[in-house]
Amino acid sequence: MTRPALMAPVMLALLVTAAPGPAAAQVEAVNFENARQEDLYRDLIDELRCLVCANQSLSDSNADLAADLRARVYEMVAGGQSREAIIDYMVKRYGEYVLYRPRLSPATAFLWFAPFAVALAGFALIFTMAKRRSRQPPCTAAQSQQARALLEDERHW
Amino acid sequence: MNRFAIPLLAFVVVVAFLGVGLTLKPRELPSPLLGKPAPAFELPGLPPAREAFSSAQMRGDVWLLNVWASWCAACRTEHPLLNRLARAGTLRIVGLNYKDDAADADAWLQRFGNPYTHIAFDRHGRVGIEYGVYGVPETYLIDRHGIIRFKHIGPLTPDIMQHRLLPLVETLNGDSA
Amino acid sequence: MIPELGHFALILALLMALLQAILPLYGSFANIPAWVAVARPAAYGQLLLVALAFAGLLYAFIHGDFSVAYVANHSNSHLPLLYRISGVWGGHEGSLLLWSLILALWSGAVAAFTRHIPDRIAARILSVMAMISVGFFLFMLLTSNPFARLIPAPAEGRDLNPLLQDIGLAIHPPMLYAGYVGFSVAFAFAVAALLGGRLDAAWARWARPWTNIAWMFLTIGIALGSWWAYYELGWGGWWFWDPVENASFMPWLAGTALLHSLAATASRGAFKAWTVLLAVCAFSLSLLGTFLVRSGVLTSVHAFATDPARGLFILIFLGIVVGGSLALYAWRAPALAAHIRFAPLSRETALLINNVFFGALCFAVLTGTLYPLILDALSGAKISVGEPYFNFLFAVIGAPLALCIGVGALLRWKRDHIARLRRQLPAAALVSVGAGLLWPLAMTHHPYSLNAGLGLALGCWVMVSALLGLRERSGGWRWRNLAHTPRSVYGMTLAHFGVGVFIIGVTFTNAYSVEKDLRMARGETVHLAGYGFRFNGVSDHRGVNYDAARGELVVSKSAGGGRRTIALYPEKRTYLVQKNPMTEAAIDAGLTRDLYVALGEALDGDQVWSVRIYYKPFIRWIWLGALLMAGGGLVAATDKRYRRRARSAAGEATAVPPQTAGQAAAG
Repeated sequence: MTRPALMAPVMLALLVTAAPGPAAAQVEAVNFENARQEDLYRDLIDELRCLVCANQSLSDSNADLAADLRARVYEMVAGGQSREAIIDYMVKRYGEYVLYRPRLSPATAFLWFAPFAVALAGFALIFTMAKRRSRQPPCTAAQSQQARALLEDERHW
Repeated sequence: MNRFAIPLLAFVVVVAFLGVGLTLKPRELPSPLLGKPAPAFELPGLPPAREAFSSAQMRGDVWLLNVWASWCAACRTEHPLLNRLARAGTLRIVGLNYKDDAADADAWLQRFGNPYTHIAFDRHGRVGIEYGVYGVPETYLIDRHGIIRFKHIGPLTPDIMQHRLLPLVETLNGDSA
Repeated sequence: MIPELGHFALILALLMALLQAILPLYGSFANIPAWVAVARPAAYGQLLLVALAFAGLLYAFIHGDFSVAYVANHSNSHLPLLYRISGVWGGHEGSLLLWSLILALWSGAVAAFTRHIPDRIAARILSVMAMISVGFFLFMLLTSNPFARLIPAPAEGRDLNPLLQDIGLAIHPPMLYAGYVGFSVAFAFAVAALLGGRLDAAWARWARPWTNIAWMFLTIGIALGSWWAYYELGWGGWWFWDPVENASFMPWLAGTALLHSLAATASRGAFKAWTVLLAVCAFSLSLLGTFLVRSGVLTSVHAFATDPARGLFILIFLGIVVGGSLALYAWRAPALAAHIRFAPLSRETALLINNVFFGALCFAVLTGTLYPLILDALSGAKISVGEPYFNFLFAVIGAPLALCIGVGALLRWKRDHIARLRRQLPAAALVSVGAGLLWPLAMTHHPYSLNAGLGLALGCWVMVSALLGLRERSGGWRWRNLAHTPRSVYGMTLAHFGVGVFIIGVTFTNAYSVEKDLRMARGETVHLAGYGFRFNGVSDHRGVNYDAARGELVVSKSAGGGRRTIALYPEKRTYLVQKNPMTEAAIDAGLTRDLYVALGEALDGDQVWSVRIYYKPFIRWIWLGALLMAGGGLVAATDKRYRRRARSAAGEATAVPPQTAGQAAAG
């Protein structure tokens, strides 16, 4: 653990320049009353972002602040707090930036829905195209010649 | 419109965003605490001799909370500015000594001067977490009603001091005077 | 002297690339055969010059010439030879040189192995590739010269980042770049076709092996990166959805869509405009990745040293290359529209559905990667998009994709009948669902895992239907039929089978992994997932250029009284130059499970340490699946039908197998 990990971001931007930044994985022994709490803890430290790192979750980071925040999450989980309460606590202090799973809001609606919209639009397009194409009149002479030329390949396909 | 031009248009939009992206600073995070009440806290003073500090003491005053540590190199660059501010007596500066060794911190102040009216000793960074501190130094301006009005991450500069912090202090002081 | 020669060779390479870009292209339109004929020699000349430049830098590295700034920043006199060599591409400038070298190799390969393509078209393809080369040479010479001197020369170099001092990461970039850059061939084919305004099925057959080989390299490169992250970063994860990883994944997704779309274009002349667009996209996404990695617009763990001037240069280059080709596409693609008839239930539809899935996945990665930037630009709000987002989308979109793979591989061109599928599929479905339901019961030391069951069912479904597809295409399991089945069918079967293996690996690893961070005292034994781990303490160990604390854990099966034990030696290294601590995990790898041990901190003097122990079942299947996919790409690329000269048998004799081309490009 090194202190400089907590320097001003300005300095960090200068320092964290070399290729891959992370080095040693931090290992802390944690104990929980039950498996549900342990799962919640592991989920949370995977989904919360280490603020001083380039792009790492709390669990992946060995920065000093990440260790402090892990400890805080641990306390809150062990203290019986709910997932939502812990996430709220972090967002209140560090902003939405701390969440790797962005919460659904008007600003993130595009993020969450656009990929599905793209897929659905694609399927709709295929469906109408296939309908149209299957009902088309027989192809022109040139096309059928082309098709014959390709026949040899088709046999194996 | 030609549907084959759609990819080109989409690309133009992406490139525009990437171009804007080059001018952004992805690492500068706005604090969600701006405009919110500053978290209340009580901490022992910096050992050995300084008295304990409670944020309640500052009620009714405009004050500056400066998060610093002796291991933080950037703190040294902003320190003369804080000293000058303290000498001018514009406002009270409270130091939050963050995850530091008490003896180191004390020696550091001996060497570079002490602009702080109070120094709260946050040995384990607990109050730091309450304030969403992630880079040291950080500076918070808190108004009479205990609301955070301004936050700066990284060392203060004369420019920020002159053009942002001091004008704001003036307005805040004028508000209920 | 040598570095200056390298620098000079680079400048000459730029001039040669300019020649290769302009003359053949102009000649091909103005009908000047002599200018067209410049293309091939210019490509060889460019390759030679870049190779010289690369050799110059290699020489500086091997001889530890720290008067070259790049060498001083990425090497050290104590660095082992292997890493002095891989140090050449261990930083921004040198990796660009590697990129250019590989591009020149692909150019050279295209020049050598396209004798069956009309000269005029080959010339245009080589010209387009040279334009890309010009961009990268200019980039290096103007903003990132690897040969810049550092005067006075330091006595010692600052060493290669310890994370990169690893065999996996020594070969990962060349593989990855061979894939990235390889898509430039398909791109050049597409742009050449757009320039000429003509595109036929023969075009698609010519483009296919090149795309296959590039895709194979990219698959291997990504798999290597994932494997490296798993054992080197000490977190036991195999994919982190970092922007830099996403940058390599997007071209892969687009490239996968391209492979499938090319199949339809080559065999049926269908979807020409769409295939061309995908070819443009796959390489554009490679370039976008370069921009993301080297410009600093996104915060990533793996980003190179960034510099706004570099970002601006790549963005302008990206704008010219991609904007130019998409504008060309908007202008010329309408002429490519084909009217191929196919029924809703047909191979054509299946391939389109594949393309929609991959398009949506690629779009999801692109959106997730760029969204923080877009939102910041629009409103100043800062958000993060990470693993939970991507995992969710890939599970939701990926599962139906896996269902479709099986059916798609069975369908026939033009029109198929549901009755035929009804005969074939129930057996496959029964096997898959049965396996999925029963397997979790067999995992006795773990609660019933629905996810694992679903994953196994999907994986089996994909694998069984891949085999059914082979039977369908070859006409039965008789040897005579199998021997006459084209290689591309085997390639497809192998790759699809790999997808099944991959799915099982991912879901089992997720469902059954056991991860523990523990305090362990010397002599203590802990039991985990049926294994006992005995901690025998930590001793000092001296490496070539590092000091290490080396722990010893002896692992034995908890039950059954097995005598066999395995000793694992996780290390915590401190490299002598850069001083940062590094975790070197110790892994006992196996086909059905990995045991993964990493050493944390000393907690109580020397006697108690924090230790991370992971039990990772079936994690090897993830990379095994990727290797099978890559193998499928290779096998398909060797299909004879791709090397046929348009309508003439003579081409068979002169054409050199494309896989040789690929190997040449890798060298």
